[in-house]
Amino acid sequence: MKNKLMSVSTSIIKKSVFLAIVVSFLAACASNQQQADADAAAAAEAAAAAEAVASGADDAESVEVSIDAAANLDSVFYFEYDQSSLTSAARAALDAQAAALRSGVSDVRLEGHADERGSREYNLALGERRAKAVADYLAIQGVSRSRIEVVSYGEERPVSLRSDESAYSLNRRVELK
Amino acid sequence: MGFFRTLAVIGAVLFSQLSTADLVIEVTDWVKDPTKIAIVPFRHKGAAIDQDMAAVVAADLARSGQFEALPRDAMYSSPSAADEVHFRDWRALGVDYLLIGRSSATKKRVNLEYELFDVHRQKSLIKSRVGNLNGQERAIAHKVSDSVYQKLTGIAGAFSTRMLYVSVQNNQANQQLYRLILADADGARARAILKSSEPILSPSWSPDGKQIAYVSFESSRPAIYRQVVATGEREKLTNFRGLNSAPSWSPDGKRLAMVLSKDGNPELYVMEVATRKLKRITRNSAIDTEPSWLPDGKSLVFTSDRGGRPQIYRVNLLDGVTKRVTYVGAYNAKASLMADGKSMVMIHRDESGYHIAWQELATGRLIILTDSSLDESPSLSPNGSMLLYATKHQGRGVLAAVSLDGGVKFRLPSPSSDVREPAWSPN
Repeated sequence: MKNKLMSVSTSIIKKSVFLAIVVSFLAACASNQQQADADAAAAAEAAAAAEAVASGADDAESVEVSIDAAANLDSVFYFEYDQSSLTSAARAALDAQAAALRSGVSDVRLEGHADERGSREYNLALGERRAKAVADYLAIQGVSRSRIEVVSYGEERPVSLRSDESAYSLNRRVELK
Repeated sequence: MGFFRTLAVIGAVLFSQLSTADLVIEVTDWVKDPTKIAIVPFRHKGAAIDQDMAAVVAADLARSGQFEALPRDAMYSSPSAADEVHFRDWRALGVDYLLIGRSSATKKRVNLEYELFDVHRQKSLIKSRVGNLNGQERAIAHKVSDSVYQKLTGIAGAFSTRMLYVSVQNNQANQQLYRLILADADGARARAILKSSEPILSPSWSPDGKQIAYVSFESSRPAIYRQVVATGEREKLTNFRGLNSAPSWSPDGKRLAMVLSKDGNPELYVMEVATRKLKRITRNSAIDTEPSWLPDGKSLVFTSDRGGRPQIYRVNLLDGVTKRVTYVGAYNAKASLMADGKSMVMIHRDESGYHIAWQELATGRLIILTDSSLDESPSLSPNGSMLLYATKHQGRGVLAAVSLDGGVKFRLPSPSSDVREPAWSPN
């Protein structure tokens, strides 16, 4: 399920780099805290390498195997019912995102979402609170707030349209774009 | 990616007069002993008209749940004037009241003369006439329903009113099409007044029924718009960083209460519509949202989780004094006041889910009105006797209505889309 969800992740840095393949592999098997930490380290490494390579790299081959390093980091973070506190899994994934963002220049958009239960306007506020919790975490990790945009969609853009707990837990999320 | 890149608003927002599938009414609960009324097909002469007005009246009254209309094939005769009425026949059919009428039309106008009788007392209760442009037969019929309903129940009818709601359709590529729909209160004559590929929510009527406010994400973030119903002319009122949500018109129509998070987290504000001057009402690190006016325009009720869970609070706009209003249950939200300001309806969660509930302010007495589990967006009828709300039925978003006494219920599903966010017009 995790891998499937990662397919919705969106790139935040676009740099041509071979090393990213390694990150891709690691992220694909990431399933625990330790692994996530490894991801974070790898992502930081990859991003640093990307910086170094990007300046002079215009050879055709590197373009051909261009892989989006950040695309393979978790970019969807999940929340409990009526809660906006980050889970440990979300924190680990955000550490990796923060590392990539610190070394990049692109802006990031955080879209907050809620499940369908309860009122729509309260859910808009809840989605915003969740997205802000992610923004705060990224800021603590050294990402400039001026690069972070927060938008809440409340319950208006569900991932799953069903009305059960598994659908709700997929819909209570923040997407990093 | 992100901030300064223009996020494509796919599919421009556009006004449309396109007709859209009407909602269909399914009455699910009636009062125990509905009043029996016979509505005889109206005799017509002159230019052709589109609608069977007697059938519209019969459907209106049946939808109120308080009346049962005699089927036409059970009628012995079809009187259209008082001297053609044989009360004994109608009494034999068990009918309490009888409505007859005659219509005439030119290509431009339609007129209807109608008369309501008390069958038992053999007495005329209403003798009146109503006219409108040819093509407005439904409007004529709703006026007749209003006058019959008022005469027989003592409560002003709400059949001539309209509603707004949001419909959402997913196409095959799983892209959404959002429409803001304006329809008669019976779901007929539905037309889209706004279409967008981005969410539309929180439609709210001005008290004179001429303008609406709503939230649209068409710029890839929420903004509050105001729109003139008759012309479609509109303007963006707010576009602050963060939330721009939950617009609610003041009873005098000059102010809009709303929720903005531009100063950090969701707070209530009141905007003077003419000058766009904003006054901040709440200062609290919790979520404050869903403002709704008390009828005197001096206070708001709103939803806040400042106590840990969403509950309803009331704030006095003059001195800022704020008091908690709800204590029963762990989730109360989206309150709106009854016209007398003494009670309100809201979303209330109990162990079986999210329902629409009524609460008296002075006593805290709470009555749950609905029995489905994902009920939201209550909107009161102008006469306060019914409310519209949104729920899910068989996996689809549908509108539903319930009488405040809980006795009458009906659903208004759409044949082709998910519908939500009903707002009953004030007149």
